[in-house]
Amino acid sequence: MAEQFVAKASEFQNGDRQIIRVGEDEIGIFKHEGKYYAYSNFCLHQGGPACEGLTIAGVKEKLRDDKTSVGLYFDENSMHFVCPWHGYEYDMFSGEQVADRRLKLKKYNVVQKGDEVYVVA
Amino acid sequence: MDLIADRGRRVTVEELNTSRLLAHADKQSRDRKFDEVLIVDCDAHHYENEHFGDILPYMENEVFKQLALASRAKGGRGSVAPSGFGYQDMGGRVTRYPLRSSEKTDQSGAKRDVQLGMRWMDAMSVDYSCLFPTGMLNIGLHPQKEMEFELCWAYARWVTEKVLPESGGRFYTMLCLPFGDPEGSLRMVEHFGDRPGVGGFMVTSVRDNLQVHDNRHMKTYAAIQERGKVLAFHSGPHWGSSTFQSCNRFISAHALGFSWYNILHCTNWVVNGMGERFPKMPVLWIEAGLAWIPFLMQRLDHEYMLRPSECPILKKKPSDYMRDMFYSSQPMEIQDMEALETTFRMIKADTQLLYASDYPHWDFDLPSTISDLPFVSEKAVHNILGGTAHKLFKLPPRNEKQKANLIKHGNYVEC
Repeated sequence: MAEQFVAKASEFQNGDRQIIRVGEDEIGIFKHEGKYYAYSNFCLHQGGPACEGLTIAGVKEKLRDDKTSVGLYFDENSMHFVCPWHGYEYDMFSGEQVADRRLKLKKYNVVQKGDEVYVVA
Repeated sequence: MDLIADRGRRVTVEELNTSRLLAHADKQSRDRKFDEVLIVDCDAHHYENEHFGDILPYMENEVFKQLALASRAKGGRGSVAPSGFGYQDMGGRVTRYPLRSSEKTDQSGAKRDVQLGMRWMDAMSVDYSCLFPTGMLNIGLHPQKEMEFELCWAYARWVTEKVLPESGGRFYTMLCLPFGDPEGSLRMVEHFGDRPGVGGFMVTSVRDNLQVHDNRHMKTYAAIQERGKVLAFHSGPHWGSSTFQSCNRFISAHALGFSWYNILHCTNWVVNGMGERFPKMPVLWIEAGLAWIPFLMQRLDHEYMLRPSECPILKKKPSDYMRDMFYSSQPMEIQDMEALETTFRMIKADTQLLYASDYPHWDFDLPSTISDLPFVSEKAVHNILGGTAHKLFKLPPRNEKQKANLIKHGNYVEC
């Protein structure tokens, strides 16, 4: 395992992502609300570029106590990233596929040294 | 370009480039040496609504042509073709939908749809694709049979005269027929049936009132069979129909709609003995996945054993007729591998299943969805990916290794 340079921290804005190649692998690194998250860029479904699509909050449905539905809403405490091929949706914080959390993208550690961001791969 | 994500959060994305979007598909193709396998995609799409300006002038009837052209004039409120409700792009999550117009093509080169097609076909190592329209799949919902015919006719002329010839033979098609106008359908088969690139004809299955067994359609089927062409049923969703208006989510209308229309028309096809009437005409069921087939086989066989008097033409069980027919693979429900293996056995997938991508639609399948199945033999992989379609549509191999593999697996025919 070696540290692979990703980007200058000062140039890596919240909401951005970087894709780096490490040999045959590709890793997607996101910066979300000041924290870094890094996952394999190969979707668990058909191998699409899992980290290269939309980032969007998770959708939830609110129920009243009597089980009637209030409706759908975006859960601002969550953040997902979506494979652009078919819409496979992953939890930004864990890399879990949100429809079946047993499925997880390979996660990588990210370290910041001074103004430089590295992923350990 | 910015894509709007949730409330004010924006994601900057570069313009769409299909080759770059499908770079991982290209890697799969190289890793699996797909260039040595003839791969035929029996169901892919373009967006013909973006070309109505070129298509509509091919309409024959001047009155209907004027109506259609005027409805598209700036400020006009008309609608040329029926459209459906839905969110195919998943609220922008499948980015090639909102970004499609941003993709650059060579203005001096082949038609834009041909250039785009070559990009994804090359990435997937697809040698040939059967090109279908998208919006026109709803043509069966048009209230005017005259306009249904005119639009089908105009599209057929445009695609066979302007699009297919620019694809270097790599696109073929099965032309949509105006089934609301049986005489018009027959005329189309007679007029277009022998044109290069026409592998068959298509019933756009989203039709609530279609009776495939209606006597008025027999001449059309006979004409298709006589020419050695394929009759395909291409399914679709119809959220606006009374059947699906109780569905409050697109996922429900989509999952059920595709299956429903194939189930409906296949049932009528089988119980009315169409397999006995036109035994030499290959019939292909497209874009409803595979899970509906074992259900229908069991359901019809069960009822047939009790009520054979209602199906006196049949000489074998409904499922036997269904095993004589062909099925496109996409969207293949790879969820329960044992159930899928059983499905492959029940439909005789080795000889009856044809690979389909459905690209660029949101639930497309790559060729690896077939080649990576753990229970499928090497021969079956070759058959499903292209060998069976090679025989059905007479599509020649594009290199010597493909030819050798076709011969090795008993699929090769002179084209």
